[in-house]
Amino acid sequence: MHDVLVIGAGHAGCEAAAAAARRGARVGLLTFRADDVGQMSCNPSIGGVGKGHLVRELDVFDGLMARAADRAAIHRRMLNRSKGPAVWGPRVQADRSLYRAAMVDLLAESGVELIVAEVSGLAVEGGRISGVVADQVKLACAAVVIATGTFLDARMYVGKQVCAGGRHEEKASVPLARQIREIGLGQGRLKTGTPPRLDGRTIDWARLEEQPSDVEAWTMSALGCGGAQAQLRCAITRTTKETHDLIRANFDRSPLFAGAIEGRGPRYCPSIEDKVKRFADREAHQIFLEPEGLDSPLVYPNGISTSLPIDVQERFVRSIAGLERARIVRPGYAVEYEFVDPRRLNHTLEVRDLPGLFLAGQINGTTGYEEAAAQGLVAGLNAAASALGVQECRFDRRTSYIGVMVDDLTLQGVSEPYRMMTARAEYRLSLRADNATSRLGEIALAADGLRQERRNQIRQHLSQRGTNAWARTEEGAADELYAPYVERQQREWNVVQRDSRTWIPRELDYSSIPGLSNEMVERLEAARPETLDQASRVAGITPAALSALYVAAARRTAA
Amino acid sequence: MSDTIFALSSGRPPAAISVIRISGAHAHLAAESLAGRLPAPRTAGVRELRNPNTGELLDEALVLRFDGPASATGENVVEFQCHGGRAVVDAILETLGTIAGLRQAQPGEFTRRAFENGRIDLTEAEGLADLIEAETESQRRAALAVAEGGLRRQIERWQERLLVLSAQAERAIDYDDENGGIDRGLLRDADELANELGEWLSKPRVEPLKDGVLVVVAGPPNAGKSSLINAISGEDRAIVTDIPGTTRDHIEVPLSLGGLPIRLTDTAGLRVADDRIEAIGVERAGRLIDAADVLVWLGDPSEAPRHPRAVKILPKADLASRAPGAGGLPVSSLTGEGMTELLAEIERLARFILPADDALSLNRRQATHLHEAASALDGINACVDLVLAAEKVRVARVAFDQLTGRAGVEDVLDALFSRFCLGK
Repeated sequence: MHDVLVIGAGHAGCEAAAAAARRGARVGLLTFRADDVGQMSCNPSIGGVGKGHLVRELDVFDGLMARAADRAAIHRRMLNRSKGPAVWGPRVQADRSLYRAAMVDLLAESGVELIVAEVSGLAVEGGRISGVVADQVKLACAAVVIATGTFLDARMYVGKQVCAGGRHEEKASVPLARQIREIGLGQGRLKTGTPPRLDGRTIDWARLEEQPSDVEAWTMSALGCGGAQAQLRCAITRTTKETHDLIRANFDRSPLFAGAIEGRGPRYCPSIEDKVKRFADREAHQIFLEPEGLDSPLVYPNGISTSLPIDVQERFVRSIAGLERARIVRPGYAVEYEFVDPRRLNHTLEVRDLPGLFLAGQINGTTGYEEAAAQGLVAGLNAAASALGVQECRFDRRTSYIGVMVDDLTLQGVSEPYRMMTARAEYRLSLRADNATSRLGEIALAADGLRQERRNQIRQHLSQRGTNAWARTEEGAADELYAPYVERQQREWNVVQRDSRTWIPRELDYSSIPGLSNEMVERLEAARPETLDQASRVAGITPAALSALYVAAARRTAA
Repeated sequence: MSDTIFALSSGRPPAAISVIRISGAHAHLAAESLAGRLPAPRTAGVRELRNPNTGELLDEALVLRFDGPASATGENVVEFQCHGGRAVVDAILETLGTIAGLRQAQPGEFTRRAFENGRIDLTEAEGLADLIEAETESQRRAALAVAEGGLRRQIERWQERLLVLSAQAERAIDYDDENGGIDRGLLRDADELANELGEWLSKPRVEPLKDGVLVVVAGPPNAGKSSLINAISGEDRAIVTDIPGTTRDHIEVPLSLGGLPIRLTDTAGLRVADDRIEAIGVERAGRLIDAADVLVWLGDPSEAPRHPRAVKILPKADLASRAPGAGGLPVSSLTGEGMTELLAEIERLARFILPADDALSLNRRQATHLHEAASALDGINACVDLVLAAEKVRVARVAFDQLTGRAGVEDVLDALFSRFCLGK
């Protein structure tokens, strides 16, 4: 008997399983294949602007991603170094196989049981999750986390070729998708894509501009378990007019434009055919050539994700400087998958109408490893809370990017894959990658389940704040720089906080509240805000409507 | 602790009396800064309300003090019962808005606090539905008024420019890994926008159009001010309207002159003989002259107060002793001589301070938010940190969002994605 079962061993699943286990739950982690644990299916990097912030926050809760990334790092870069410290974005390139190995080790340390099986369904008893059906066997548990990523009824596209599957040469979760649809959670389809992988030995590196690793020593994890891996170089190249002409001539062979793919793709990470079509006047697009590992010749050309047919991919790649002789090892493809409307979830990522069921990662309409992992943490901590009857763990917009993401997802829903950007965080000046421990240390300690090493690190960090030496630290200097602005924001936040203490009963009938328009009722029904503060962020809700909501909520609570 | 809030809690001016309510922890302190020492709890006292920064007299009002929890909201409360003229009410509200820690109440907020603090029960609180309707109605009216002038389009153009600025800043933050430093062009554009907002804020506003142009008749005792006012209000050209006058210190005659709303005012206090009261009268006349949109001066032209829009007249032109052409317009209240010219001159000057018929002008709410936006952008040119520049633009955007009721980040992202090719 397990307390928590996690379906899917990607970035969300691994973090969810480990987080639940750290809180003392007996956790089983289900995956199609043992080799898939901690697989980086797309670009071989962890972190970046906004994303690096998420990883640092995850690390305060003793998450795995930062430590695994440090162990596997083969290139480090602090993005945005020339801008204000609030938006510095730590990013590492990670050796794929080292990253997987690190993840397997870390999972084993946290006592998670790895189960290789395909989950075909969920078991529900008395309106609550009671287990999963895996390879025709029922496994009982008190809480389930679904973290199936792009695998729900997934289809891959290369030109006119279509095959079922969520990743290169892997299958899709079709029966589970059917059941998710049956319990009314299926929402729609999204798409994402990946570029062709190149053989690094066929790239003319000498002709390309190099991007060296940072000289300064920094790590993703506050524990500083930095890997001493050799540091590789990345390089930058650009598409040419010839590339664009070739792509334009083959628009009709792209499944994106031929109408085969219905799912909406991310606007901030468009395929190369999208870029050529939408920005016709641009003469070149940048491409970052990122090595996939120390022992691997594979190179990930960041910037040319595509689902054009293989012959077109081959020709356009060779029209790019330095890639004239490059060999494609694996073609790029688009993947279309099913996702769930995250407005069906609470801020703990629990499905509102099915207690005990938690969803994390791409299934909620997000994209990116870091976004997935951070949700895994939230779902894992709270699945354990649900199973063991301990305190829930919630994140808010004022103190974390994790809070911003969960709040955005569960209140606004998604219309395209959701990616973290610092622009989403109105309290950006205080949400820095360098002060994650200061922001979240107390909450992490209170949530319990940290290892001794982590507890010590947090306590030590918190005790240094307020000392004379503090102002001379990088974090202390940044605190000072932003202090006047942060003070103003704190006043805004005080109002928010008051409203966040007013809970709206789950079963409140909005249509019974006098004065709310039909449109307001509809939007509130979809988002089902848990607190008055959340309701204030549902589009179209006026201050007066909030007052009415407040009165109704108070009446229900009192009754 | 919650903010201290204030609002006009009686109907819209003009009215005989208006009630302005302040509620919250700082209510007493804030009221004291305008009214001086407050009366004892649950009693009323007459106080002069003054702008604490300038000392300017705003009104003489009845001040009521309540100490929480024995008050309508359960918090400390002060009520000003002041004169119900629009200008008076606006001036007091504006002054309260400048006090740190105070803000305008949101619709329904007093009621919500009263409910929260157990001062009213649910039946009463559910009357909030009416408030929502009231709010919607006022929004609809506001929207209509704005749409008529085409101001909406102007505001949308500004908002659009801010969105683009935000999108540019956000793109540079979230997507540019190049270390090129801050984009001066962005700062320049933001600065330009701030200047443009500033220019608009200094343009004629709609309040004179609604409240009437204040025409003040001043001069030494016995110069013929009252006769002149009587003569003007008796003129066929100047229609005396039946909007009630609002102040006790001086006579105010509402007129319509060539379609323009005019408040014709006499400086009555000047005629009182007693020294002390005379002094007060002179002071009041001085303030009225300062506040005047148009000044009609009846004294020696060389002694006329400095005023940007003054008509100097030589009254009692019918008297033989009056020599024409001594630097003023000869007018006789008795024979009507010069009256047509005088009215034409007042009308001409009044038109200066009114927005032209086809011009767009701002009301107070719009001006407040535009002012917020402009001051947020203030100094952006000197920014060296892009993140702080982006914060300034964000605060300005929030001000515009409050103006138009549109919410934020998604709009920025739309602008971002439609304009820039992003993603590696």
